[in-house]
Amino acid sequence: MLKLIVSRLGLGVATLWVMSVLVFAATEILPGDVATAILGQESTPEARAILTKRLGLDRPVTERYARWLTGMLRGDLGLSLATETPVSRIVGLRITNTLVLAAVAAVLAVPLSIGLGLLSAAYPGSPFDKSLGVVSLIVISLPEFVVGLLLVLLLAVQLKVLPSMATTPDFASLPGLVRALTLPALTLLASVQAHMIRMTRAAVLDVMRQPYIEMALLKGASKRRILLRHALPNALAPIVNVVALNLGYLVSGVVVVEVVFTYPGLGRLLVDSVATRDIPVVQVTGMIFCTAYILLTLAADVVAVFTNPRLRYAK
Amino acid sequence: MTGPSAWTASAPGTRTRRARPPLSGLGRIGLGLLALNVLLAAAGPYLAPHAVGEIVARGAFAPASPASLLGGDYLGRDVLSRLLHGARYSLGVAAAATTLGFLAGLTGGFTAAEIRGRFDLAVTWLLDILLSFPPILLALLVIAGLGPTLPVLVGTIAFIQSARVARVARAVAMGIAALEFVEVARARGESLFSVLAREILPNAVRPLAVEYGLRLSYAVLFMSSLSFLGLGIQPPEADWGGMVRQNVSGLYYGAPAAIFPAVLIGLLVLGVNLTVDWLAAGSDRHLSEELR
Repeated sequence: MLKLIVSRLGLGVATLWVMSVLVFAATEILPGDVATAILGQESTPEARAILTKRLGLDRPVTERYARWLTGMLRGDLGLSLATETPVSRIVGLRITNTLVLAAVAAVLAVPLSIGLGLLSAAYPGSPFDKSLGVVSLIVISLPEFVVGLLLVLLLAVQLKVLPSMATTPDFASLPGLVRALTLPALTLLASVQAHMIRMTRAAVLDVMRQPYIEMALLKGASKRRILLRHALPNALAPIVNVVALNLGYLVSGVVVVEVVFTYPGLGRLLVDSVATRDIPVVQVTGMIFCTAYILLTLAADVVAVFTNPRLRYAK
Repeated sequence: MTGPSAWTASAPGTRTRRARPPLSGLGRIGLGLLALNVLLAAAGPYLAPHAVGEIVARGAFAPASPASLLGGDYLGRDVLSRLLHGARYSLGVAAAATTLGFLAGLTGGFTAAEIRGRFDLAVTWLLDILLSFPPILLALLVIAGLGPTLPVLVGTIAFIQSARVARVARAVAMGIAALEFVEVARARGESLFSVLAREILPNAVRPLAVEYGLRLSYAVLFMSSLSFLGLGIQPPEADWGGMVRQNVSGLYYGAPAAIFPAVLIGLLVLGVNLTVDWLAAGSDRHLSEELR
């Protein structure tokens, strides 16, 4: 098993390296003169040449990539083009905010979705099952920003129980935390639930068709016991997979949600930096998102191995 | 969606697979919504009473009047006209990108499944890497480099879609390529193209149609999100996502300018999703499997 995990880790590192090449290529080799972008159209060619030299942009691409990569590995993330402050300082402030939001959303979404999926599978074809299916289909037919804005309309504008924006969240106190995070977390929850509910329902019902379930049914085991002890353990692998996929989706879902609620996280930083073409910040935030995404898929693989004894003893 | 209840013991071998599911109520609604949106995209600009940039009302978020049925937006432009013009972007860009990505993915996936060997290995390796890249990130990186022009948007979304389509197409074709009639076709000396197009493709239509629908709804959501972030269709043109972004401040007065484009996006995606569910009802695939 250790061997399997090590080989997955190796694959993860290899993927991360390819990502770094892609991130660097997408933002560096593409057209658009950085010096002109910083100094403006009316700058003199001499000033642009000096800046290009100072930023090291006159060096060959491979050399710049090597310098960028080793800088990243040493923790030297470079300077933001827009503000001339170290990227590490800008990113450091934001990364905790995003992690807190994503963690809260995940803690709410995963148990809720699996629970609802199980209930749905327990009563297939019932009014509960059908209405849950339709409601979750409607919810995923709306983009996150629409779900977010509808929640704002309901909870902040109509009922006035929560603030519509989380621009300066107050994490020091519990009420402040709840006020800042409820709406963004609910929005994220809405965007990931459907997939997990449906997969839980489908995977459990799939197992329910197996002869051994019929055997358990005929020997008189209770419905609850069949569902939780007989069916769920064998349905776990696909469920874990979808959960991890959706946690990975949380990583990109936060980008939109943070913009909707002007939440000061990495996602909004990324969008703002793309709009101003602040390439060093785009590169660093891009790599952070990629790393999180890869770590989550890696974790899913490992958990899948743990939940499936047949994989556990594979050579 | 319902199927036989798993809670009743049944004799083995009674599971039947319907060749074509009957058109359910939800399927009807889905097809209706889809048709309505296609009509809007095709005829919208000709039906619109005003031009995209024309100012028809004074002040922001003017109330509805006979001259502008849904009121004005934040600049006093006619909301109804802008919705009708935007339909072309919201559905058009998504459909163009999906079709392009679908054709590319289908070709790659099918060829890999038929040729196998090193080509197949290379394709799967490439797909693994592409699929571990968060799509929104890829789009943002490309837009950061090239700027949000229409060809860049269509190309990026098509590229993102193609990897996902290729994986599904490869899996579907793998199953069919192993069947005897394909073997016979190969032995008869049919060309690669002929085997793919005449033997494999006709037997893969249903799962591929489902896949196309899923990708289309994904593209609509993706495109509208990009526009909402301000990185999609650029002003003065606007798709529905961009209209939500521009008029978001009107949300607090319940202005139609902010709500109608949001609702239309929802109806469009819902229409596609319901149609897909109906298409998928007869096959073994679940909507959830490849949703994202």
